[in-house]
Amino acid sequence: MKKRLVEIAHARSGDKGDTANVGLIARHPKDYPLLVKRVTAARVARHFKGMITGKVERFELPNLRALNFLLHGALDGGGTISLKTDAQGKVLSTALLRMEIEVSR
Amino acid sequence: MTRRLRIAAGQGFWGDWPEAPYRQVTGGPVDYLMMDYLAEVTMSIMQKQKSRDPTLGYAKDFIPLMRRILPILAERKIKVTANAGGVNPRACAAAVAEAARGLGLQGKLKIGVISGDDLLDRLDGLLARGHTLDNLDTGRSLRDVRDRVLSANAYLGAWPIVDALRQGADIVITGRVTDTGLTLAPLIHAFGWNASDWDLLAAGTVAGHIIECGAQASGGNCLVDWQRIPDLANVGYPIVDAGADGSFEIVKHPRTGGRINVAGVTEQLVYEMGNPREYITPDCVADFTTIQLSQAGKDRVRVSGVKGKPATDKLKVSIAYFYGYKAIGTLVYAWPDALKKAQAADRILRQRLKDLKLAFEAIHTEFVGVDATHGPLARETRQSDDVPEVQLRVGVRARDEAPVERFTREIAPLILNGPPSVTGFAGGRPKPEEIVAYWPALIDKRVVKPVVEVVEV
Repeated sequence: MKKRLVEIAHARSGDKGDTANVGLIARHPKDYPLLVKRVTAARVARHFKGMITGKVERFELPNLRALNFLLHGALDGGGTISLKTDAQGKVLSTALLRMEIEVSR
Repeated sequence: MTRRLRIAAGQGFWGDWPEAPYRQVTGGPVDYLMMDYLAEVTMSIMQKQKSRDPTLGYAKDFIPLMRRILPILAERKIKVTANAGGVNPRACAAAVAEAARGLGLQGKLKIGVISGDDLLDRLDGLLARGHTLDNLDTGRSLRDVRDRVLSANAYLGAWPIVDALRQGADIVITGRVTDTGLTLAPLIHAFGWNASDWDLLAAGTVAGHIIECGAQASGGNCLVDWQRIPDLANVGYPIVDAGADGSFEIVKHPRTGGRINVAGVTEQLVYEMGNPREYITPDCVADFTTIQLSQAGKDRVRVSGVKGKPATDKLKVSIAYFYGYKAIGTLVYAWPDALKKAQAADRILRQRLKDLKLAFEAIHTEFVGVDATHGPLARETRQSDDVPEVQLRVGVRARDEAPVERFTREIAPLILNGPPSVTGFAGGRPKPEEIVAYWPALIDKRVVKPVVEVVEV
């Protein structure tokens, strides 16, 4: 069975130069291992294909049942240079929550 | 020694809610009001203002805001830490002192001023002595853009503020001090923490990170069950209620709106995060994977367990430099075929720009209402034929102003010589905007000397 991340997780994103970060947080502790297993850096890089120019890094925060993703080259040069509406990557958070993952274990 | 200390967040950025500081100092007991004003490129805006008028270069909004609360601060013995000083903290302090005297507070307040972060006038000397200030993201040498640098400031930490507080300052106004240092400093001062108490300094840094964006930790901009967050019109900004052992709670004043729960505090913790094991500040390196959160009551989140490591021997430097020009033009197309019309207009516009042989570094098109925020990911939910309207938004960027200026004259003609059912041009022709870009670098801590002054009003 597949589920959208928005059903089991929430997120907040921000910027550091031309890199955006997306923190992905499990709504319930039981779903955190599922996020760790399915939402890999490679999967996130595929999800944002065509929207970012650099690599994706992932960090685990089991204490907060959260994953932190760094999306390099996500902001068309960063804050003031960028021509995007979302120049600071503020809603890349919900863009990630569109991802569908397999939830049967 | 103080048993508990309460630090209230009053501003999360330059332009935050003007009512928040007043509400924070009148809504219940607090010991400190912390106000964060400085974003990455704010300093360059202030530097520009200072070059036009040497008495400016700080967050001007801070002065009327302080005038409103100064009598309350003096009466209730509430202290203030604020990086509103920008590139001219002394002028900012002078303006606050004048406001205080106007309110009859002579002899009742001491103002601390922290400077020494400004490296603009020292840049050539630093470069000559081998401080290359390479771009942390790209590795390029600062020499590449040296002649276009507009501002350069080292991030100072909590200790200069602690020094001012120890000298009796009631209001500490700083230049480029870290957001987190504004919260950490009162904790160090109140509890007598030492420069090598890495876990405690990390705890205070985490406290600062949680409240530095104001209401973003108390129900603002929070996705979880957002429609059930009560009374955001009356939102209570967050308050750190801390103990000497480094544990603390995030709370807000009674009878305020918003919500403080584990989900919201977690969202704020991951905001603008890099490597969570190494949250580097001038004061310590905090490990965010050690933070423990628990709901300690209604609108009360307990934070504990924070571990830290020794600070590095470097300071981050925030440099702003002139990059070029950009302009953004918009038009709104209405049903039927709103998206197709906007797409056709975009094609026509690009053809004309090409025929004019204008050289741009980038042209960027968005269809607002369709793909502006989520790009190709939004396609799956798009019902393009039915959308009632679409805003065409085209941006261009160039090193020179001329092509950008010419672009601004190509938007309005489309209203009468392009696709039909178009409106939304009441704002007039877009204006070319100067781009000030951000250049992060590191510098040896030893070459930056913070300056601490405390003066009586």
